[in-house]
Amino acid sequence: MGVALTKSAQWTAAGYGTGTLEITPLNEAILKEIIMFVESFIYKHPKEAKYVFVEPLEWKTSLDLSAFESGYVVSETTAKSEEVDKNGQPLLFLSVPQIKIRSFGQLSHFLFMAKDAKLKEAQACIEANRDPVAKILGSEYNTMKEDSTALNILDKITKDDDPEIEIKIKIAMLLKQLDLHLLNHSLKHISLEIRLNPVSVKKDIELLKRFSGKGEQTVLESIEYTSDYEFSNGCRAPPWRQIRGEMCYVMVKPHDVETLCVTCSAKGVFLNGGKTDDEGDIDYERKGEIYKDLVTFLKEKSAKFSENMSKHVIDFKEEQKEMDQLGEAAKEEAGTFQKAISGSDKRSLEKNQINFGKNQMAKRLAPSLNWKATVNYKDKSSGKDSQEEKRGGKLESRRKSSAPPGRAQLLRKSVERIEEISDSSSESEENEETPEHRQEANADLPSEYWQIQKLVKYLKGGNQTATVIALCSMRDFNLAQETCQLAIRDVGGLEVLINLLDTDEVKCKIGSLKILKEISHNPQIRRSIVDLGGLPIMVNILDSPHKSLKCLAAETIANVAKFRRARQVVRKHGGITRLVALLDCAQSSAEPMQSSLYEARDVEVARCGALALWSCSKSYANKEAIRKAGGIPLLARLLKTSHENMLIPVVGTLQECASEENYRAAIKAERIIENLVKNLSSENEQLQEHCAMAIYQCAEDEETRDLVRLHGGLKPLASLLNNTDNKERLAAVTGAIWKCSISKENVTKFREYKAIETLVGLLTDQPEEVLVNVVGALGECCQEYENRVIIRKCGGIQPLVNLLVGINQALLVNVTKAVGACAMEPESMTIIDRLDGVRLLWSLLKNPHPDVKASAAWALCPCIQNAKDAGEMVRSFVGGLELVVNLLKSDNKEVLASVCAAITNIAKDQENLAVITDHGVVPLLSKLANTNNDKLRRHLAEAISRCCMWGRNRVAFGEHKAVAPLVRYLKSNDTNVHRATAQALYQLSEDADNCITMHENGAVKLLLAMVGSPDQELQEAAAGCISNIRRLALATEKARYT
Amino acid sequence: MNRKKLQKLTDTLTKNCKHFNTFEVNYLIKLFYNLVGEGVERQGTAIGLDRNAFRNILHMTFGMTDDMIMDRVFRGFDKDNDGCVNVTEWINGLSLFLRGSLEEKMKYCFEVFDLNGDGFISKEEMFHMLKNSLLKQPSEEDPDEGIKDLVEITLKKMDRDHDGKLSFADYEQAVREETLLLEAFGPCLPDPKSQMEFEAQVFKDPNDFNDM
Repeated sequence: MGVALTKSAQWTAAGYGTGTLEITPLNEAILKEIIMFVESFIYKHPKEAKYVFVEPLEWKTSLDLSAFESGYVVSETTAKSEEVDKNGQPLLFLSVPQIKIRSFGQLSHFLFMAKDAKLKEAQACIEANRDPVAKILGSEYNTMKEDSTALNILDKITKDDDPEIEIKIKIAMLLKQLDLHLLNHSLKHISLEIRLNPVSVKKDIELLKRFSGKGEQTVLESIEYTSDYEFSNGCRAPPWRQIRGEMCYVMVKPHDVETLCVTCSAKGVFLNGGKTDDEGDIDYERKGEIYKDLVTFLKEKSAKFSENMSKHVIDFKEEQKEMDQLGEAAKEEAGTFQKAISGSDKRSLEKNQINFGKNQMAKRLAPSLNWKATVNYKDKSSGKDSQEEKRGGKLESRRKSSAPPGRAQLLRKSVERIEEISDSSSESEENEETPEHRQEANADLPSEYWQIQKLVKYLKGGNQTATVIALCSMRDFNLAQETCQLAIRDVGGLEVLINLLDTDEVKCKIGSLKILKEISHNPQIRRSIVDLGGLPIMVNILDSPHKSLKCLAAETIANVAKFRRARQVVRKHGGITRLVALLDCAQSSAEPMQSSLYEARDVEVARCGALALWSCSKSYANKEAIRKAGGIPLLARLLKTSHENMLIPVVGTLQECASEENYRAAIKAERIIENLVKNLSSENEQLQEHCAMAIYQCAEDEETRDLVRLHGGLKPLASLLNNTDNKERLAAVTGAIWKCSISKENVTKFREYKAIETLVGLLTDQPEEVLVNVVGALGECCQEYENRVIIRKCGGIQPLVNLLVGINQALLVNVTKAVGACAMEPESMTIIDRLDGVRLLWSLLKNPHPDVKASAAWALCPCIQNAKDAGEMVRSFVGGLELVVNLLKSDNKEVLASVCAAITNIAKDQENLAVITDHGVVPLLSKLANTNNDKLRRHLAEAISRCCMWGRNRVAFGEHKAVAPLVRYLKSNDTNVHRATAQALYQLSEDADNCITMHENGAVKLLLAMVGSPDQELQEAAAGCISNIRRLALATEKARYT
Repeated sequence: MNRKKLQKLTDTLTKNCKHFNTFEVNYLIKLFYNLVGEGVERQGTAIGLDRNAFRNILHMTFGMTDDMIMDRVFRGFDKDNDGCVNVTEWINGLSLFLRGSLEEKMKYCFEVFDLNGDGFISKEEMFHMLKNSLLKQPSEEDPDEGIKDLVEITLKKMDRDHDGKLSFADYEQAVREETLLLEAFGPCLPDPKSQMEFEAQVFKDPNDFNDM
């Protein structure tokens, strides 16, 4: 009972204590159930009825003393039961108006006596005793903590066999049963309850809006939402209010009263506290009664409104007529031909029944369009119907009296059904946006809708001739417009159009594809086409002997295959191979063509094929399929043509595919780069963009970069930099420049073309996609001295340092690299230092992404090398050194290598070396020693050799077992590793124990080989190390013999 | 028919025919006489395919079904209006039928659709031609309503000068914009499939083409 009372019963105000139960059907039902339970208690469980409550249930009763008859001792102001407990206390004690009852038996009696006032008494009792269970059985039986209670009870049972406890448990169980029963009961009730939903509310408001405005005739002066933003579920209330079932707030200004601020919630419509003056917030607290809908509410509040409403009833009637027309059409669809039944009420009722059944059917089937169409219509009609009813309810009661009483119920139920269904359809990720649009279409159906519906009817019921006429006529609508696109879908046109594709009638196929091609620009239509299985049919049409048909099918596929599932379907049905085959037509483009319905130029066929492939190539598996179908040579051949229309899809496909290694190799092999470069100089911006994009993708490969240069592609790229209006193209061009400038020769060329200056100019006021590429390119250019000077002279350092505060990860990686490269120049370094760039770099070590961390650490190395007073600078970063040392705990090899390099530079300063030693750099470095990564080995060895310079670090490295792994580094193939390791070993060999370890691990032999190296530093370090080992050996021998 | 005569006939007809080469004409003439039957020629006067025979060909070979349209096609072939298609009319007709340019086809189709030959396709003519194009729905009060509506739709689409009937200029303009409307009121040209089958069957030997 406790759960049901706290959760289901509707208390007026939130919070405990003050609340009273609202008079709602639900509460009434709950109370009735409780009364029944208590009344029958005395018969069903006579033993338990005698049980005395732990605490009496106490409340103010309105029952008169006179009501008490036999079995009670009645005095002037009190009444008590003859029945008493063990201690002689009466089980019922009334001292007007306070009553205390202590057993179920008395409770039952009392309710008998209360007769008609039962409900009131029960309510008062529940209100006064918010937790009856606790009072009856004691607090440990409070059902709210049921798990633990069960255990406690069990405990008690095992401890003693007190009969009272047994009764208690019995009662507890009974109460729990009641609780469950109440919950189930209230659930049933809730499901029956009328709840408003956003759609109906929206329609209400929409309709009222149409009849609002200045003047005497309108129903309202104005009606406005308080918020313009509509959530996808149709609500406008903020999410934390939506939880309470509130959907939107409306400011209504009737003619005769002040502006009302109204809350529309699922429970109904009520007046809220209004807008607070200063911030425009709404006081959400309820200030008035709940009405079942907006119109009833307004009728109550404004006399003028209800007066004018009655005048407008005629208008509404007209609307209903329109609706009925629609209804008829729907009936036809359903296949039920019925003579029009006189009396619009009856008709609409029937209509709803028909659709009701249909709906349920549709629910079981997959989401078919037919179903969508009917839901669509129904949503509208039933919504309006109920509105109409609400609005006209009182005024037209006579007219309506013939309508069966269950009608309203039925209507509302069907509205609910619709809600359910549209919910279930929106579960799939792809339909998410559809319900919203459907509503929009509902709001006001344009005349096109009816005309299209008629045409679809002819499509369905006509022979070839009629079909062609209907198709041609349909093409006269503005098919680019969403209303028309959705209208075709909503009246079931898509199925017919797709069906036509499956016939033998070439003309019908052509006509149908011409329409599908246009409307498939709409994402919702695309999905519907796929859902209806349109793609496999279109793929089959690609085999048709008629070229115009092939073209249209390919173009439609190009439009439809804009999302993943569609692309997959195309591939699975062999579409890729067929599309690639279309590309093959283009050889004999010169052949004379008679203008015929069925023919098209071969070039056109190839173009459409390329267009479809372009769409399809966005999926990885399709890229593979295109390659396997031999698409690359064909694309390469098409690339030699000079038609822009052809080139854009071809280059687009190539650019899309160039993300795959296989393609890049093939592109190189097919000599495609040459043509890409050629088309960079085209007039068409889109073509330029795709070419640049393709080069960007391919230029990861060194040979390709050289090819771009050899074919003269760098100059057009550089000159395209000057046009910055088209950001997409600019991003593609800068991307191509970035990748190309990885080759030094290319950088030299770019310098010649003054591209570096232009790039510096692009460091400000550009979108991030452009910036990433620009900075990347500059980072590559900076590897050369001359370019670093140019960048400094153009004032490029400041904007670069400014970009260090960004958050785009790719951008940060590139910026740190560029800044690091600039820092190699002492003169630039002073500027960076002045701009506080080192601090910014240092703070990027905290960036969550390892790439950024590593890149920042690399950039710090030249900064520390070239800064004046580097030691002091580094120390000035509070906590900086600790941060660096702790990064040695990272598990990313690149981060580790970069941090080792940074430590090498930091350790050049004795004081800093002391600090990092204190932070435990030695054990951390030693721990890393067991690695196979040559890059890490090299920088680790360098760091170790630097860190040996302080205190007893040499010994410490030995103690932490760093020496033996280091010796193994000498077996690596990388001379850089050799040099660094030899230097580290030389430093370590100053300690005798380390010498022994080295000797034991066979270092001498390896080092001896290094002495012969051409690398002087390596020679020197190796020799130094050997001499240290040797000297120790000599010393031991000497000691032994003397 | 002897070789010499055939040769001569072929030559004359080829000269006047734009779309067929000698060999194609040759095959078509042979086909014609096969269809007509040798005997008819000897007996003299009207050599050719009468209305029924021709309609039979249209139906069997080119898959046409609409009686009225087939009648009109026959009239289109039978230029001299003598009630039968002779060999010249056969060759010329087929030339347009199979290889005609859009312009020729438009002219031909318009003539087919202009039932009374007054140079206009009137609403009544349209109605006449479209009356069987919609599935009859018994529920409708006026079973012709759909057809009437279809006529209106067509008129809206094609009647450029808004005079309530289609002139050739109207028709031509509409067809140039949307080739699908060429056979707007019924199929009066062979559909591409049966056309290909016919050609494949008649011009059997592909080598002959190359000798041209």
